[in-house]
Amino acid sequence: MSENFFLDNPDLQFRLEHLDLAEVLERKEKGFSEWETYPTAPRNYADAVDNYRIVLEVLGEICGERVAPRAAEADEEGAHFEDGQVTYAAATLDAIAALRQAELFGAMLSREYGGLNLPESVYQMMVEMVARAESGLMTVYGLQEIASLLEEHGDPETKARVLPRFSRGEVSGAMVLTEAEAGSDLGAVATRATLDEATGQWHLNGVKHFITNGLADVSLVLARSEEGSTDARGLSMFLVERDDTVKIRRIENKMGIHASPTCEIQYTNTPAILVGKRRFGLMRYAMNLMNGARLAVAAQALGIAEAAYREADKYSRERVQFGRSIRSLPAVGRLLLSMKVDLEATRALLAETGRWVDLWKVHESALAEGGPDADPALRARHKLAQALSETLTPMVKYCATEMGNRVCYQAMQVHGGVGYMHEFNIERLFRDVRITNIYEGTSQLQVVAAIGKVLNRSLDPLLVEWQAAEYPADMAAERALLVELTGLLDQAVGGLKAVPERDRVDYYAVDLVEMAISVVGGWLLLRDTNVAEHKKPVARAYVASIASKVRAAAEVVLAASPVPLEAIPVLLQ
Amino acid sequence: MTDSRPIDSVVLAKQVPDTHNITGDAMTKDGTMNRNALSAIFNPEDLNALEMAVQIRERHGGTVTVITMGPPKAAGILREALWRGADRVILLTDRRFAGADTLATSLVLQKAIEKIGRYDLVLAGRQAIDGDTAQVGPQTAEKLGIPQITYAEAVLEIADGRITAQRALDSGTEIVRCEMPCLLTVVGSANTPRPPSVRRQIAGKLAATPGEYAALRAKWPEFETDAALEAHLDAHGLRIPVWTADDIGASAEAIGLAGSPTQVHKINFVVLESTESKTVPPTPEAIAAMVAELVHEYIVG
Repeated sequence: MSENFFLDNPDLQFRLEHLDLAEVLERKEKGFSEWETYPTAPRNYADAVDNYRIVLEVLGEICGERVAPRAAEADEEGAHFEDGQVTYAAATLDAIAALRQAELFGAMLSREYGGLNLPESVYQMMVEMVARAESGLMTVYGLQEIASLLEEHGDPETKARVLPRFSRGEVSGAMVLTEAEAGSDLGAVATRATLDEATGQWHLNGVKHFITNGLADVSLVLARSEEGSTDARGLSMFLVERDDTVKIRRIENKMGIHASPTCEIQYTNTPAILVGKRRFGLMRYAMNLMNGARLAVAAQALGIAEAAYREADKYSRERVQFGRSIRSLPAVGRLLLSMKVDLEATRALLAETGRWVDLWKVHESALAEGGPDADPALRARHKLAQALSETLTPMVKYCATEMGNRVCYQAMQVHGGVGYMHEFNIERLFRDVRITNIYEGTSQLQVVAAIGKVLNRSLDPLLVEWQAAEYPADMAAERALLVELTGLLDQAVGGLKAVPERDRVDYYAVDLVEMAISVVGGWLLLRDTNVAEHKKPVARAYVASIASKVRAAAEVVLAASPVPLEAIPVLLQ
Repeated sequence: MTDSRPIDSVVLAKQVPDTHNITGDAMTKDGTMNRNALSAIFNPEDLNALEMAVQIRERHGGTVTVITMGPPKAAGILREALWRGADRVILLTDRRFAGADTLATSLVLQKAIEKIGRYDLVLAGRQAIDGDTAQVGPQTAEKLGIPQITYAEAVLEIADGRITAQRALDSGTEIVRCEMPCLLTVVGSANTPRPPSVRRQIAGKLAATPGEYAALRAKWPEFETDAALEAHLDAHGLRIPVWTADDIGASAEAIGLAGSPTQVHKINFVVLESTESKTVPPTPEAIAAMVAELVHEYIVG
């Protein structure tokens, strides 16, 4: 068989089989009514899932046969910059050509604009495979949130002009947010947007940097539209279609994802179109974009980790030391086991997050259509989906990208000295994964985004449901342990909520968020054992691995000792 | 590429066992192929022929029709052809076609192409990875009475009813021009076949011959009767036509085993056993001796 990154990955196939999207698709496919109009629309749920399988199989083969074999070359050549022009590496261009021929662009756009109308959950599986093949390519293919935001908030004329071009893969997108003095603190953005009152035309002036895929033809640019304002409330979102007024000044020389050009862009009286409402640029649209991008980066880290695990697995089978395969050494087995279990737990968390994000989106559209008379049950469901999406998204971004870094580290350990050498794929993966827990918000910012929700017990509806559910009899011990750990999480939440000083809460936030991730991951894997025998050893190993960590973290959070905070001004002065 | 006239192509395809990915049980004990152990795939160079035809259509307009002679399950590669860009596919299947050698096969293809009627080009892969004869394309051209360009690697120009193509030969390349209609056999270096389009595959996943309705309905029970399924397929242009010997007017004695003069004289069953190994010391002399031995045994050089 040819290489296929979907067909060679039983866990990804398992996740597709158990997507549980009936509620999402009933709304998203408008009661499965579109097939008379659009030849690609499904007739029913099974048909829809079968379509997703087709998408994943076709993409899986492109990734395995065409993209991955040239990943080292894409890294080596990288994107170039000459005379103000950015060019992708030859391998990247070939990959884009294949994705275009396979008509894989416009994944999440609606069929009205030529899209595939895929749910977020399926799209993240696609991103994972692309990243496993070549993580730099993910930033070209994996930022389709940009088109989705336009579909949600753009004006009809712009949408009709731009979106079909996204669907055909003729244009790619960029999210243009960061500036030199506005990184994590996007409220400080200074790029100016000025409105010519006479013509109604907006123009942009300013410099943006660290812009991933900044050569894109269509960009969403965050700029200050309210003169004299200094904070997030003065920012709006603009659409820019690249022309001569958009100058790329340089691209960065980075540690990894070399195929992805990171650009510095200067706008000089650049014509722009306002997207959505003024003043909502950061708080609503940029946050929207980033939530999608955070899921995509989580999927990217998962894909890189999958690649790293496979490299380590393969190497451990081939390498003989002390007269035996190193795989049979407990120290190596421990690394491999940790990697495999972490991968499956993260994939389960990403799938669950994707499901809630999909539910949120479909209920949001339903509410918009229903207006003020919308059914209260729908409102409640929407509220729940929103709260869980906003909690789980930063959690999975944190979890997947930290896991990705850990797995690449462990995979290099399995290789020993050769893993440090440029000739081995793990060396590239180790460099590539490092950006994932930095961009789209560092891990530290993900904790900030998640902690308020965790303290507000946003996860409780899930935890209550999972504790009440039935599980296989031979998983009773794991269930009991998870009930205990869930209780500890609950106590820790109560404990940290009671801490009066904000700094002390922020200091211990990471411990609490990690506890929550472990507990949620444990329940998700236990839930999988209801439908799959092969998930039992995974769930057992995972729950065993988190138990002591959760207990220790609970102790730390409950104590919430002021000692380190007091030490900072003394020791770090 | 100055000719604006649309070009209609017929692509000849074959479903073959995947001999490039051999598994341990690929051969039976008596030395014949265990077809169940190998997956059935689109013959690789036929994909190159299809890609060439689709590219010609993209440049000049026209149509691409893919035909295959084979058992009913060969419909699988016809679906794949639709997903990779073919406009129309036809399955040539008939119990009487079975056991055909290259002569009988090319006769069936000739009759089918003549039934299709209008065409400018016939494209086929250079050879199939199971039989490796490379005869069916040339024989079909002879039977059709049209010129042929074998080992075609690139189409350089189509203009004024003529095609200019580059041939890949052992000794280099050759550029030839001939009148259309003509037949090209296409080599693997010609192009990289495009992947299936997900949109075409989703829209065309139900494409089927009537013989496949039962299996299709088992998977999609919402079609309660064959008639309901067929109505759906017809409405969406997804019924794959099947032509038998009678449909193409091929006489029984000229096709299948009866029409095949080829007789297999003998099959050699070679078992490679790599039990012996030799340790070569890391000295210049020993390495030189090893190279000399490999050359002598025709393993290298």
